[in-house]
Amino acid sequence: MKYALLIYSNADSEWESLSEADQAAIYDEYRVVSESPGVVDGLQLQAAETATTVRVQDGKALTTDGPFAETKEVLGGFFVVEADNIDTALALAERIPAARNGSVEVRPVVEM
Amino acid sequence: MIEEVFRDEWGRVLANLIGFLGDFDLAEEAAQDAFAIAAARWPRDGTPENPGAWLTTTARNRAIDRLRREQTLARKRHLLVPEETHEEEVDDTVFTDERLELLFTCCHPALALDAQVALTLRTLGGLATDQIARAFLVPEPTMAQRLVRAKKKIAAAGIPFRVPPAHLLPDRLRAVLAVVYLVFNEGYGGDGDLAGEAIKIGRALVDLMPDEAEAHGLLALMLLHDARRDARVRDGEIVLLAEQDRTLWDHTRIAEGRATLDRALALGGRGPYVVQAAIASLHVEEETDWREIAALYVQLSRLTGSPVVELNRAVAVAEAVGPETALALLEQLDLPNYHYVESTRAEFLRRLGRDEEAAAAYRRALAGVTADPERRFLERRLRELEGAR
Repeated sequence: MKYALLIYSNADSEWESLSEADQAAIYDEYRVVSESPGVVDGLQLQAAETATTVRVQDGKALTTDGPFAETKEVLGGFFVVEADNIDTALALAERIPAARNGSVEVRPVVEM
Repeated sequence: MIEEVFRDEWGRVLANLIGFLGDFDLAEEAAQDAFAIAAARWPRDGTPENPGAWLTTTARNRAIDRLRREQTLARKRHLLVPEETHEEEVDDTVFTDERLELLFTCCHPALALDAQVALTLRTLGGLATDQIARAFLVPEPTMAQRLVRAKKKIAAAGIPFRVPPAHLLPDRLRAVLAVVYLVFNEGYGGDGDLAGEAIKIGRALVDLMPDEAEAHGLLALMLLHDARRDARVRDGEIVLLAEQDRTLWDHTRIAEGRATLDRALALGGRGPYVVQAAIASLHVEEETDWREIAALYVQLSRLTGSPVVELNRAVAVAEAVGPETALALLEQLDLPNYHYVESTRAEFLRRLGRDEEAAAAYRRALAGVTADPERRFLERRLRELEGAR
């Protein structure tokens, strides 16, 4: 089965205030996860402030600045993993750094 | 007789079918078909030598039939291998016990707790949806939807049908034990059938995991509590342990509970269920050793960090040392809006002769109580205090 691991990071967490060494350590954790067996895809998104949301109402596009929902936790990226069952996907999710101060949502992917 | 066989065999037959078919709904339908066929045939032809194996084989064949009719056979990978087996040539090796796999699947942490409980009762216990709905005081359609959603999630999210590997086992077993104990407590407060159901699952668990001390501990705890069921309520009112009619205790259950506890202790069990069972065992001694009970609550408190355990410790301290010391313990508890804190406080104050404060605490307890037998008890205590003034 395929699972998407949706990474939500805490918007308040002060990435900038971390030392370079701490940032490097976290990047390294992400690299290890991305190189784990079964991981087939992954993307890191730019910060939520860079988001633009589009809605179409009555045939007219409405464009607004910012993410779809103003919440404390924002989507920061995702991995796609091929796994035998949910336990394997959950074990991988546990190792994603954002799970410690944000959360990781594990969703099965619809397979055609 | 057939009813009995059905109740005993349902969980095991269904577990085996789910393992074989990989589909809860199909397995349930097939099991129901097989039980219906048995109900028609057995009275006429006699009960087969191995009823469980007969039911499983019949159900498997019905499932294969059903799939052929629906022409979805090709999509069900699991079913490409097996061929139909004639019921007369039932192979006992087919009837492997997969209840443990089923239990761990139903209690998977990816499912909500209320869904875990409902699914466990439905599949292993064989309880009907309306029975489960009544036990948990929710409308039947709500319960039906809860079950449907849980089964859908198991399939869609790929929750595996297996006993978890060693590194996951301690956590997952804790979840299973918690579900069984929750079912028991639900039954202990009200529906007696549910308590019996929990004990049945507890027995199966002990059979299937004979080396797990906590599984024995949980079963011992349930047996020792359940042994006092008949003495616990008199004329619709809760009866405190000290005032219970001991002739109403089920001494066979107590003996079995104690033997189970001994087994848990022999396995080196020192976990929360074993400790609670040890406390329950002391409660059914001729002379209650409150000091020992208070000491065990200290141990339990360390294991669980639960303020409810501290509340129970205060009750033991009141008996072992005195209500004044116990009252001081109560003041340190952080359990807002928990009516047992108020009823316990009321009891301590009453014993200290602080009647007005006691009455106020009884009123606060009454504001939060839900079970009728407890309400009646509290009301009587309050009346006695008001009459004394």
